[in-house]
Amino acid sequence: MTNQINFTIDGQEIVAQEGQNILDAALANDIYIPHLCHHPDLKPVGACRLCGVEIDGGHMTMSCLEPVREGIDVRTDSPVIYQARKIAIELLIADHHMDCLACAAAHDCDLLTVSAYMGVQPERLERLRKTERDLPIDTSNPFFQFDPNKCVICGICVRTCDEIVGLGALGFIDRGVSTVVGTFGNKPFVESVCESCGECVVRCPVGALAPKKPEFAAREVQTTCVYCGVGCGIYLGISGDEVVSVRADRERPTNEGSLCVKGRYGFNFINHPDRLTKPLIKKNGEFEEAEWDEALELIASKFAESKGEKFAALASAKCTLEENYLIQKFTRAVMGTNSVDHCARL
Amino acid sequence: MEANDKTVLICRGTGCESAKSPAIQTELMSGLQGSDVEVKFTGCHGMCQQGPIVIVEPQGTFYANVKLKDVEPIVGSLKNGGGPVEKLFYKDPATKEGLSTYHDIPFYSRQKRLVLQNCGRIDPEDIDDYLAEGGYEGLKKAIFDMTPDAVVQAVLDSGLRGRGGGGFPTGRKWKFTQDAPSDTKYVLCNADEGDPGAFMDRSVLEGDPHAVLEGMAIAGFAIGAQKGYIYCRAEYPLAIKRLQIAIEQARERGYLGKGIMDGDFDFDIDIFHGAGAFVCGEETALITSIEGNRGMPRSRPPYPAVKGLYDKPTLLNNVKTYANVRLIINNGADWFASIGTEKSKGTAVFALTGKIANSGLVEVPMGITLREIIFDIGGGMLDPNKNFKAVQTGGPSGGCLPESFLDTPVDYDSLIEAGSMMGSGGMVVMDEDTCMVDVARYFLDFTEKESCGKCVPCRLGTKQMLDILEDIVEGRGKPGDIELLEDLAVGIKAGSLCGLGQTAPNPVLTTLRYFRDEYEAHINHHACPAKQCKELITYHILDTCVGCGLCRRNCSTNAIIGEQKELHYIDQSLCHKCGVCFEVCPPKVFSVEIRTGEVKLVES
Repeated sequence: MTNQINFTIDGQEIVAQEGQNILDAALANDIYIPHLCHHPDLKPVGACRLCGVEIDGGHMTMSCLEPVREGIDVRTDSPVIYQARKIAIELLIADHHMDCLACAAAHDCDLLTVSAYMGVQPERLERLRKTERDLPIDTSNPFFQFDPNKCVICGICVRTCDEIVGLGALGFIDRGVSTVVGTFGNKPFVESVCESCGECVVRCPVGALAPKKPEFAAREVQTTCVYCGVGCGIYLGISGDEVVSVRADRERPTNEGSLCVKGRYGFNFINHPDRLTKPLIKKNGEFEEAEWDEALELIASKFAESKGEKFAALASAKCTLEENYLIQKFTRAVMGTNSVDHCARL
Repeated sequence: MEANDKTVLICRGTGCESAKSPAIQTELMSGLQGSDVEVKFTGCHGMCQQGPIVIVEPQGTFYANVKLKDVEPIVGSLKNGGGPVEKLFYKDPATKEGLSTYHDIPFYSRQKRLVLQNCGRIDPEDIDDYLAEGGYEGLKKAIFDMTPDAVVQAVLDSGLRGRGGGGFPTGRKWKFTQDAPSDTKYVLCNADEGDPGAFMDRSVLEGDPHAVLEGMAIAGFAIGAQKGYIYCRAEYPLAIKRLQIAIEQARERGYLGKGIMDGDFDFDIDIFHGAGAFVCGEETALITSIEGNRGMPRSRPPYPAVKGLYDKPTLLNNVKTYANVRLIINNGADWFASIGTEKSKGTAVFALTGKIANSGLVEVPMGITLREIIFDIGGGMLDPNKNFKAVQTGGPSGGCLPESFLDTPVDYDSLIEAGSMMGSGGMVVMDEDTCMVDVARYFLDFTEKESCGKCVPCRLGTKQMLDILEDIVEGRGKPGDIELLEDLAVGIKAGSLCGLGQTAPNPVLTTLRYFRDEYEAHINHHACPAKQCKELITYHILDTCVGCGLCRRNCSTNAIIGEQKELHYIDQSLCHKCGVCFEVCPPKVFSVEIRTGEVKLVES
C-alpha cells in the first residue's frame, strides 16, 4: 500500500498516491490540465510543454514530470503559463492539417480539447506562417494508416511500441521541424517489424494514426475475445446489428487494455457471408445444412462407436481453460483414452 | 632544452595543416638535418589567419604565412647564424611594420594564456613534452597529497565556472556528484563544440590533449569515478587522433588505467565520437547519445550529478573547464581566484572572427572589456574605413551587442545583463555593412535546423521565427511581425525543454533591443539600412560613369547596357543583384551606387 499524499491544486484539496505525478493526480480528480504527449500507461517525457504548472510560486514546471509532494500548492494557470501554452497550441495549430470534419479522430482529438480549453483567437492565428507540408500518407498497413501531416510528434506511439509492445518498430526520423515518426529506414509500416497490434493507433491523441475504417459504434457490448485462450476483455462496438469496432477493456486483468492484431482488427468474420451459421453433415458426398439436434445426435452416436484407443481429442486454443479441462476429462473418463492434445502445444 | 639550443616550432593545428604545414615540417627537418636545431610541431597558436606559422625559440621569432618556398631562407638563416628572414615577419596592420617576435605582436602580448599555455609550444603527440612543462604534476599532487574533499574544495574556492557557456560553478557540480551515493560514477568531457565559427575546444584538444586528460583524472579522483568519456564530434578528426595518442601514451606511462602512478586510484578514459548534432552539446542529450539512443535532451531534474550516464551519478564539464583544473591544483585556488573579476574567475578563451583585422583564438583574463579584445588584440576592423557595428557572443544562444557596450567587461554576469552571454567562446565582430535582421535570420536558421524536434516550442517556434525573419529580409514583412517575434520569443524561452530552445530567441531579442530601427526599416520602408538584403536593394550607375565597360563585361546576366566611353545603365529587370558591378567599378570612378528603401516591390 503506497502512502497517501495531500496537497492542493488551485486551492482544491487533493489526495494522491505517492509516486503519482501531478498531472495524473489532477486528472484523477477531474481537474483538467492541457496535455498532448502524456499517457497514463507510459513514462512521461514533457515534450508538448502544455501541462506547465507552478509549484509554491516557483518557475513553471511540467506537471507530467513532477511527482506529488506533501503540502505543495500547485497552480495550473498564471500569466507565464498562459503565454507559454498559448504560443505552443497556436504553433501546433499553424502546423496542423485542419481537416477536422474528415478526420477519424474528430470525436476524440486531444488537440481540439486543448484548443477548446485555451480558446483560439483567429486574429492571433492569422499572424502565424502556416506550415506547408504535404507528406504522403502511409496506407500500407491493412488495418490502419499513418498521416504524418497530422502528427504532433508527441512520441506516444514510439513509447507505446517500446514500453508496452516491446517491439520498438517506431522511432523519430530527421530533426527540427522535419522530424517525423517512422519505421526503421522510414519504410512503409507493412515492410517493418510492426505487428499491426494497433496499440499505437488507440493511443494517438490526434488523427495521425487512425483505423482505415473508423466506424462510430452506437452501443457497446462487453465480452471476451474469441481468438485464443488468454481471454482478453473487449467491448464490441455495434451499429445496427453489425459489429463495427473492438475496444480493449482496460479493467480486465488479463490484458489491461492491450490487444493483438487479431483481437483488435480481426472481427470481419462475424458478418462475413462465408461464415458457417449452421452445422453441415456430409450426405452422399455433399455437405448439407442440418439442425443442431441432428448434428449432436450424429456426433454422439459416432463417439459411442469409437471408445478406446481409436479415439483422440485435439482441443482448440480458442476454448477457455475450463472448456479445455472438460475436453480432457471427457476424453479420459467417457472415451477411455489418454490421447488428448491441443493445437497450441507447439 | 638548453637555453642556447634553437628549436623550430611549426604549427600543425587544423588550419595550418590545411595550408600544408606537414610538408613544410618535412622540408624543415630535411633542411636542418645534422644541425643542432630541433624541429618540432605544435598545436594551434591561435592566429590561424596568418598560418602556417613557424616560430624559432628561444628568441620567439615569428614567421607568418610560411610557404614551402620560404623553408630555404629559414633554414639558411638558422644554419648560417644569419639574421631572421624579415620578409616573413608579421606586419602590424596599422603601421605596416614587420614585427620580429610574437612578444612584440599585440595579438599575443595582450593575452593571458593559461588554458592555451602549451598550445603552440609543445608537441601534442609527445607526452614527454607535456611532462617537461609540469604535466601530470597536478594529478600526482591530488592523488598523493590531497583528499577528494580537498580537491573539490580547491575547485570550489577557485571560483571556476563552467566554460561551456552556462557558467555554473564547477566546484558545486563536483560537490553534487561527489555527494551522490554510488559505486559507479562517470566523468564526461563535452567536446561537442558546435557554435558556428568557434574552435576553442578543438584547439585545446589538438594542442594540449593531456591537459584535458589530467583534468578529467583529477575530477575522477575527486568524485569517486573510475571511468571517463570524451564526447568529441567526429568532424574533429585531428583532435580525436591526438586524444587517442595521448590516452595511449598516458596509459603506457601509468597516468591512466589501473593503479595510477602506482597508487590505488583507477581511472581510464575513452573517446566517444559524436555524429554532428548540435543539440548533443546539451548535457542530457549528450548522455542519451552515449547510451546509444537518438541524441535528444530530457527534462531535468534529475540532474546528471544524481542520475546521468546509465542512470549513474555523472560529472559533465567542458574541455576548457577540465584544462583549467590542473592549474588550480598546481598553483592553488587563491592564485586562480586572483585572476578575473569578483564573480568570474580565471580567463576566457574566444574564437575571434568576422570583420576583424586579426581573427583567431585568444585567451584573456575575465573582466577585460570587449573594446580591448576587439581593438587592441583583434586590431580593429578588417577594413579600417568601416565602422564597428556589433559584436556577437555566445553563438546561437547569445546576442549582438552594439558599440555602446564596447566597454562592458567580459564576464558571465555582465554579458547576460546586456542580453547576450559568454557562451563557449565564439565572438563574431560585425561592421556597418552587416544587416542585423539578416544576422538574426542566420542564427535562427542554425537553431531551427539543429532543433532535435522533441518539444513543441523549439521545434515549431524556431521555424515560425525563421519564416518571419525570412519574410522580413525578403521584403514580405508585415506590420505586427516585430510584436509577433517578441510574443513567440517569450513563449519559446519559457516553454522549451532544453537550453537550445530556451536561448534560441536570444539573437532576435538582442537585435530587436538594440537595432529595432533596422527591423522597422525593413518592414515599413522596404529598406535595408546596411544595404545587404538583396530583395530590398537596387544597383544604379551614376552619371559620373566614364564608360570603361568593366561592369558591363563582368555582369553575368547582361543587365548593364552602354557604349564604350559613354554612360552605362542597369536594366533592373535583368539585374540579379550579385554586386559584381559595385566591386569592379574602379575606386577612382566609384559610380555604382546601392539604393534601398525606394524600391516598389512587384506584387507576386
